[in-house]
Amino acid sequence: MLGKLTWGAVPFDQPIPLFAGAFVIVVVICVLAFITIKGWVPYLWREWITSVDHKRIGVMYVTLAAVMLLRGFIDAAMMRSQQALAFQSQGYLPPEHYNQIFSAHGTIMIFFVAMPFVIGLMNIVVPLQLGIRDVAFPTLNSISFWLTATGALLVNISLVVGEFSRTGWLPFPPLSELTYSPGVGVDYYLWGVQISGVGTLLTGVNFVTTILKIHAPGMTYMRMPIFTWTALATNLLIVAAFPVLTATLAMLTLDRYLGFHFFTNEAGGNMMMFMNLIWMWGHPEVYILVLPAFGVFSEVVSTFSRKPLFGYRSMVMATMAICVISYTVWLHHFFTMGAGPDVNAVFGVASMIIAVPTGVKIFNWMFTMYGGRVVYPSPMLWSIGFMVTFVIGGLTGVLVAVVPADFMLHNSLFQVAHFHNVIIGGVLFGMFAGYTFWFPKAFGFRLHEGWGKAAFWCWFIGFYLAFMPLYVVGLMGMTRRMQHYDVPEWHPWLLVAGFGAVVVLAGILCQVAQLVVSIRHREELRDLTGDPWMGRSLEWSTSSPPPAFNFAVLPHVEGRDDYWRTARLAERGLGPRVEPTYKAIEMPRNSATGFVCAFFATFGGFGMIWHIWWLVIVALVGAFATFVVFAWRDRTEYEIPAEEVARIDRANRRARGEALATAEALS
Amino acid sequence: MMSLARFQRLVPRWAPLAAALLLCGCDWAVLNPKGPIGDGNATLLVDSVAIMLVIVVPTIVATLGVAWWFRSSNQRAFYLPDWEYSGQLELIVWAIPLLTIMLLGGVTWIGAHDLDPAKPLVSKEEPLNVQVVSLDWKWLFIYPDQHIASVDRLVIPAGTPIRFSLTSGSVMTAFFVPQLGSMIYTMNRMRTQLYLAADDPGVFRGLATQISGDGFANMHFEVEAKSQRDFYDWLGKARADGPELTPESYIELSKQSVVPAPYTFRTVADGLFDKILDQTLPPGPGPIAETNPGAGARGN
Repeated sequence: MLGKLTWGAVPFDQPIPLFAGAFVIVVVICVLAFITIKGWVPYLWREWITSVDHKRIGVMYVTLAAVMLLRGFIDAAMMRSQQALAFQSQGYLPPEHYNQIFSAHGTIMIFFVAMPFVIGLMNIVVPLQLGIRDVAFPTLNSISFWLTATGALLVNISLVVGEFSRTGWLPFPPLSELTYSPGVGVDYYLWGVQISGVGTLLTGVNFVTTILKIHAPGMTYMRMPIFTWTALATNLLIVAAFPVLTATLAMLTLDRYLGFHFFTNEAGGNMMMFMNLIWMWGHPEVYILVLPAFGVFSEVVSTFSRKPLFGYRSMVMATMAICVISYTVWLHHFFTMGAGPDVNAVFGVASMIIAVPTGVKIFNWMFTMYGGRVVYPSPMLWSIGFMVTFVIGGLTGVLVAVVPADFMLHNSLFQVAHFHNVIIGGVLFGMFAGYTFWFPKAFGFRLHEGWGKAAFWCWFIGFYLAFMPLYVVGLMGMTRRMQHYDVPEWHPWLLVAGFGAVVVLAGILCQVAQLVVSIRHREELRDLTGDPWMGRSLEWSTSSPPPAFNFAVLPHVEGRDDYWRTARLAERGLGPRVEPTYKAIEMPRNSATGFVCAFFATFGGFGMIWHIWWLVIVALVGAFATFVVFAWRDRTEYEIPAEEVARIDRANRRARGEALATAEALS
Repeated sequence: MMSLARFQRLVPRWAPLAAALLLCGCDWAVLNPKGPIGDGNATLLVDSVAIMLVIVVPTIVATLGVAWWFRSSNQRAFYLPDWEYSGQLELIVWAIPLLTIMLLGGVTWIGAHDLDPAKPLVSKEEPLNVQVVSLDWKWLFIYPDQHIASVDRLVIPAGTPIRFSLTSGSVMTAFFVPQLGSMIYTMNRMRTQLYLAADDPGVFRGLATQISGDGFANMHFEVEAKSQRDFYDWLGKARADGPELTPESYIELSKQSVVPAPYTFRTVADGLFDKILDQTLPPGPGPIAETNPGAGARGN
């Protein structure tokens, strides 16, 4: 009846996961009870869970990323403390537990923190920057989000029911095959990542269509803000790379479930094929994450330098160059496999070539500041911190593309330090900059600056303390994923790295405090103008938060940084001041399809993991029925009458006018 | 501002610390090679960093400098609110990274060919054959021409090139002796090749660098480079003592376990390595109830 699932799956004998799991369950029950008692369930259902509004979906994505960041960080803290303690001893985590932790840390941070954060920001910002009302396929967008949440949920269930993968964040066979990993850990990984991967692929399709096909009048390609360009590049990469991930994981699944031999030791299977396939997805994935971060920095640096971005065409070209070249470098992840020198050298040089457009971007941001009037609110601090840190990460990245250097550094903690250098210093700093920058747009009030700056400095210093020592121990020959070690020279450096994790924790606590303080003081931090930063692109032309339809009248775009131009004209009393003619607006109706599909997907995935076949069948039938019901619905849109649009827009215009007048009077 | 005199006073105080940090470099195995391959790799590593620092340090300084000088409160800085393009600057902006990468690309191309793991080392000495088998979770070193084998300890003659043939008796992992040079994967049913040599007698640390299961952290080994005479002494001792490595004892060895202390086999069955390679001897069985009692409870 329950497949492989027995009471033995709950780790009653292991206090750490048991108490962690119990704690999470209690917190979740308390939150749900609180929501129910307060009577918020109908509101949440109507306004969030079934919402197909890109801004709401974006907020839910970022929330998911923030919660998972906490989980991923707890894993990181356990790893750092284990390695600080496990010098000539076993530390406090046995290998079967330690190996799950580093696997979960990597999986969660990439798939359920970085990805949802990036996709969340794109959701909130891209349609606003394009001057449109929603993405191309709003319900599909909701399905994407809920499937991602399903994947995250499955990975977290593994904490309490069964175990997680012990093979690292990528399940390299033959270690991940049934012979060497007979438990359900790898299955949790496979189904969690597979289901969320489908969600990501649908996002890719959705955003490529949106950016290529739907624009405000006059928004030509070469007038699109750079963040939208990087979003286009990222989604093109998603569309091309995620099917490879899906296929690769499907092959491993067939190996494990139906006795296929794609990657096994026996019967002609070949693990080298897995290495090639997974990195053919895995390397573009790096750029899927970092390109939108580059986009955020472009917006932030030009906004706070009070200047247009230097070398816009160069930036577009560099972005698209990275998009294409990132497909030709995957082999640099395994120079040590023993391919011939020609193959290694070609991929090494190709990997270095990516540094050219990336270097161009750094110089262009610098020249954007040149001749500017640079102000330093926290998004700008994250950007400067990024530019300094990322250059170092780029240096070590090019270094490991030098084939003979990689022969010494592959799989070492140097490598670990390198990719954290670019993923924290690049992606995460970018996401934090974007979070602070666009928070007022999403919620109508700014985040508290003092706590934001404190968070930046803790993260910045904590990052250096935690990862510079890993470069050193890497050069001392320490490899990654060691549960214990007995080399005395490594120990002091790992203690420093552990202290660095404490400083990063302080940064995270500052961010939590920042959010709490900002919500409590939201009236003082309120943004009535819709443009708290003197922004440049169209998202700042509408109110904060924008109405459901984003723009009462679609903007007519006449150039790059169009909003900056009209806003400066308006300051001098020029430009169109007459009220536009309001028309009724059709918006997509909310739909529970995404949530219901994900509900079935969760049970389907769980059934597959534990071999509960009847549950899988029920879930498949349920998901298909949901799809049929959605496909047969008659009314897909509702109309917002012209009077309602006019009422909302007039109120917003009045608020903005008053706020500007007050600001002028004060200055 | 720190005055020059004060700076000079500080120098001697900090000099010993700086020296100590540099001396610490001796522990930095990757930068302290003891053989020609490690030498070559480390030299390329250091040279590449030096080439890149020439660009990276000015870039960081310029970024911080520009950001500071053009702060909005600086009355002396000029403001160019519409300046967004300069053809000459664009040219420089693309040229600097491009030229750097062309230089480094050349270095990489030559380095990848010179230091190809499968390329024989030039030496007067005839290379010594060592066959390496990674197992769960120990290393088996077979000396086919000497008909002995060693577990978790690799003994080699200093000054002689070693021709390694490597495979795995179970999952994929990687063979690495940081002070001697290049790392290489070991994979079941595949043979990888690697040439290494130690310049002088010494003891080095070797390790597995690709996660291979629960005993991974124990999968390190000692490398002893001995003088020719000591090496032959060791061979003599190994031949006199220890168990025999037969297909049966190999199958026992391939089960998941951690070896408490290194030991040697006094004889090795002929062609054992090839039998592992062509799977006449099957790959390791993975976790079985007796070696991994916890395995049953988590949903097997």
